Amino acid sequence: MTLYAFYGAVEQGFAFGLMVLGLYLTFRILDFPDLTVDGSLPLGAAVSAVAITNGHSPVLAIIMASCAGFLAGMVTGILNTKFRILHLLASILTMISLYSINLRIMGKPNMTLLGKDTVVDSFTAFSGLPQYMSTPILFCIICAVAVAVLIWFMHTEIGMTVLATGNNPQMITSLGVNTHTVIIFGVGLSNALVAASGALVAQNQGAADVNMGVGTIIAGLASVIIGETLFGDRTIARALIAALLGSVIYRIAIALALGLKLGAFSVTPSDLNLITAILVVSALVMPKMKKKVLAGRAK
Amino acid sequence: MKKLLVAAMAVLLVAGSVIAGKQHVVSVNQIVEHPSLDAMRQGFMDRLKELGLDATYNVHIAQGNQANNIQIANQIKGEAPDLVLAITTPSAQVVAQKIKDHPIVFTGVTDPVSAGLVKDLNNTGGTNITGMSDMSPMDQHAALVKEIVPDAKAVGVIYNAGEPNSVVLVTRLREEAAKLGMTVEEATIANSSGVYQAAKSLVGRCDAIYIPLDNTVVSALESAIKVCRQNRLPLISGDTDSVARGTIAAVAVDYYGMGVQTADIAKRILADGITPGDIPVEFINKVNLHVNKKAAAEMGVSLPESVLKRAEVVID
Repeated sequence: MTLYAFYGAVEQGFAFGLMVLGLYLTFRILDFPDLTVDGSLPLGAAVSAVAITNGHSPVLAIIMASCAGFLAGMVTGILNTKFRILHLLASILTMISLYSINLRIMGKPNMTLLGKDTVVDSFTAFSGLPQYMSTPILFCIICAVAVAVLIWFMHTEIGMTVLATGNNPQMITSLGVNTHTVIIFGVGLSNALVAASGALVAQNQGAADVNMGVGTIIAGLASVIIGETLFGDRTIARALIAALLGSVIYRIAIALALGLKLGAFSVTPSDLNLITAILVVSALVMPKMKKKVLAGRAK
Repeated sequence: MKKLLVAAMAVLLVAGSVIAGKQHVVSVNQIVEHPSLDAMRQGFMDRLKELGLDATYNVHIAQGNQANNIQIANQIKGEAPDLVLAITTPSAQVVAQKIKDHPIVFTGVTDPVSAGLVKDLNNTGGTNITGMSDMSPMDQHAALVKEIVPDAKAVGVIYNAGEPNSVVLVTRLREEAAKLGMTVEEATIANSSGVYQAAKSLVGRCDAIYIPLDNTVVSALESAIKVCRQNRLPLISGDTDSVARGTIAAVAVDYYGMGVQTADIAKRILADGITPGDIPVEFINKVNLHVNKKAAAEMGVSLPESVLKRAEVVID
């Protein structure tokens, strides 16, 4: 792996880091498998691309993207709670409608940002570093701020109810909290993060594309699971940081796979999806193996 | 002894490459594996060899995943190639964003200006990038429909609104059809399983159906063919491969040939030392006409003599 590929992997890890944090919120904390993300990631990209093209600042574009993502997540939450549609189905419905909505927002399937001012360009100019170094630093800072805010939020009263809703909905209902509101808000918050991630990715790759959400959920889940396996999830702070690092490690693994050559055997581009799947399966299986080994030792 | 052997081999290698001329490194970024895109890549490689340019290739294919696409761009940056060949719009956009210090040649991009790759087609104020557009000659496509179905008032079109190329093609089709006194009836789909429904929805709304080069529709072409046979509705495609599958005719780009033309651009950069920014964007200079007599009969039209005479390939 070359230096550029390594920096690039770190950069991608953090660019998708916000998405992984969002996914952690729904998947682990709210216990809500949310497939909206495959649609809300390009939603964030689309909104930010349109905002930038219309002359708004790239930072405002990210904020607008998050708001759009929040609304998308709320729709999934409302479908699930108020209309009693199974969470998986509710999120799939939002996801497929977002495809059409994203096309409407951009007015075309691919909207270029090449030559436009993005957060990446502004920060590169500000830091004076070459772009391949400045971008991972910028995305790392953004993720660090997001993690800090999330940790703070989880210790507030509302944050506590979000945590409790995922853990024990009966208990939290008996305390007089409306779980519906918490779920709608939680899924909204998650998708706000995912859309912000989409905005970062689009600004980084130079275009928003209606098909860029494909595979988001797989990458997100893989990152969450790799993070948990390697760094643990004892406390909420640790779990969030683990998920973020999981995202970076997942992308480094992909970069390694992309450049893998073992003697005469070299990985061809067509093997990439298989390698991704193997990576996810091993991350899923490893904790169980670890438990088995530990249980074996205890005897 | 071992060291000596290694040294001897190194000397031989160096000498070998001197004799063979400069060994160019070409990194390829291609979004997905697909017969037309693969043919383009092959045409490029074969032509470069024919031109006497020795090259090694790092081929990257993102498996349709745009997150991989960016990582590949970084990978290519690390490979420091003499030339980057970017096949398709998303592949070209991401290398254009990430790689500023190596020449980039794109191909298979329908509208390089709206994709943001070049400022205008003359590439004025150009940078490290140039290439060619695979924009179908829509005037010829519309004319072919008119030639086969002379009294057509409305032409139906099925496409995936999520494919950038198709959207551009249909916009151009509307312009060209209007010139010939035809309107365009659209049916859009989101995935290949929608093709059957879309084709059925066009029955009664149009006098012929045209399928642009849309990956989603072409992958499920048989459903459209079935509907057109049942309703004796002429079906004309935007690519020649589909003619063998059962469309009546197509006048289209030969993808292998497009790769060849792209290699000619690459040669000007690699061998003649021209800056990519000084090379205007090129368009396809060769199209082929393929016809399918059996399909025409099944869909209730007889092919005019003028069409048959021009055809390069006639399927009975």
